[in-house]
Amino acid sequence: MSTREVFAVATCVLVLGGCAGTATRETPNLGRAATQAEIAGWDISIAPDGRGLPSGAGKPAEGALVYAQKCQACHGEKGVGGPNDRLVGGQGTLASKTPVRTVGSYWPYATTVFDYVRRSMPFIQPQTLTDSEVYAVTAYLLNLNGIIGEQDVMNAQTLPKVKMPNRDNFILVYP
Amino acid sequence: MSPRRHDRRFNDARDAAGNGLLDRRLFLGGAGALAGGAFMAFAASEASAASPPETPTGMTTPGAPLSGYGSPAAYEREVIRTLIRSQPGTTGAGSSRTPLEALEGMITPSGLHFERHHNGVPTIDPAQHQLLIHGMVARPLTFTVAALSRYPMESRIHFLECSGNSGAMYGAMPPTLTCGQTHGLVSCSEWTGVPLRLLLQEAGVDPKADWILAEGADAAAMSRSVPMAKAMGDAMLALYQNGERLRPENGYPVRLFLPGYEGNMSVKWLRRIKVTDTPTMTKDETSKYSDLRADGKSLMFTYPMEVKSVITRPAPGLRMTGPGLYELSGIAWSGRGKIRKVEVSADGGQTWAEALLSAPVLAYALTRFRVPWKWNGAATVLKSRATDDAGRVQPTRDELIAQHGANVIYHYHAIQAWQVEASGEIKNVYA
Repeated sequence: MSTREVFAVATCVLVLGGCAGTATRETPNLGRAATQAEIAGWDISIAPDGRGLPSGAGKPAEGALVYAQKCQACHGEKGVGGPNDRLVGGQGTLASKTPVRTVGSYWPYATTVFDYVRRSMPFIQPQTLTDSEVYAVTAYLLNLNGIIGEQDVMNAQTLPKVKMPNRDNFILVYP
Repeated sequence: MSPRRHDRRFNDARDAAGNGLLDRRLFLGGAGALAGGAFMAFAASEASAASPPETPTGMTTPGAPLSGYGSPAAYEREVIRTLIRSQPGTTGAGSSRTPLEALEGMITPSGLHFERHHNGVPTIDPAQHQLLIHGMVARPLTFTVAALSRYPMESRIHFLECSGNSGAMYGAMPPTLTCGQTHGLVSCSEWTGVPLRLLLQEAGVDPKADWILAEGADAAAMSRSVPMAKAMGDAMLALYQNGERLRPENGYPVRLFLPGYEGNMSVKWLRRIKVTDTPTMTKDETSKYSDLRADGKSLMFTYPMEVKSVITRPAPGLRMTGPGLYELSGIAWSGRGKIRKVEVSADGGQTWAEALLSAPVLAYALTRFRVPWKWNGAATVLKSRATDDAGRVQPTRDELIAQHGANVIYHYHAIQAWQVEASGEIKNVYA
């Protein structure tokens, strides 16, 4: 059977087979089963409803200490005035000629702050903060932006409940 | 024959539009009498510039040795990626751009493909790299690069455009940059790889899953959500670019490739695909690649790159070399399909001539267009306007900004105007 015939037959099998769970187009089938332990080590993404958030917790004051040490050089004192992205302020500017897009003025989900800080920050040492340090830095940034209080603790239960100020100003074009 | 030969605005039968735009078939072999005098004049002026050469030294001594991997000619060393800029204090969080005005045809050389990285180019040993597919699947699976390389592949020619391409054109003043520095976050390659749906089918996707999350193995762990329809449609895991394995800066050893969609979604150095029921709302799809309108609301998930064109020769970065016959050349593309036509104006948009589309004209690929132009040496404005096979027409800059505002940053695709000065200089203008 030629290569073309193999794939043509495979396509027919697929079409006739129907159900996604059982029908498999003829392929080399070289995927190796991933273990739950492997997946747990790789799966760092956080859904907007909080699924995927790890245990641990942090408060703004704890985050301020981490921030001063690991974030401030690039993002400035209290999230303003650094050489890199401004993280604080800008609320009320989005419809002006000079919009200031920050975590506080623009980002629609608090879970994204945790997800992004954990996967990508600090820039020169990404994925080195502990989960509680990430919660604390997230809490600090949310507090600087006036979104949570100084004593509010961020953890897997509280973070997804934070309503970001710009949350309702996004229009989904897809689907 | 030009259908407009009786129009008094035009000088003779070859004219296709005002101010010297000639019939697009002028340079074709079959154009016959149409070619006539102008082409002969062009040939004559070329000939008069040259005198009989002495025997070049390359003909009297043996040439350079064979080599394992070729490089561009030494005389082309200035044809490099341009406007290499990174975030303050960083070296790999920014972009470099394709020098469009120095290139021809529809394929971008791999070494000149634009770059956009969020924390540098990782060094990845393909023997160590693995791709994990998990989440809402019956069988979570990992694939080595060697395994992926055994799957049936497809080869397709597609452009990739960063959604921030041409973003400086939203500014109040036109950027004083070369064509490539302004518009060079678009490139086009032949990509070869494995249809993503084959691997998703092998893993067994839960019918309730509507999205995937794609994540890279770079220091930003760059991640984007992709609709399941695209993932099960024409999405590809690209392993090869222009016939060779991907370049490191284009995602070696494996990248996601989503034809027509904004470049950021074609995640490089692909490490993980998580099948999900909702979008993950990553930083890049919420706070960055969303389009802020004048009213303060933002469009999210604006995936296809819109119909667009730009004249690349002549263009800023090049100069006119005296009055006479030229071929205007440019690129057009659409993230919604094929280019149907490109019109060119040499009088600032008063009259338009249809350009010749250089075959092949492919969906989601750069299409080269050309049209002959007899420049009279006076200052004027050149424009190009593309239409795709969905009937979408490139808007003017004013129309685009009236619709979306000037704070958008992304998805700029308006008609580009190049001012040709009598001095031969070419400038970017809002006209």
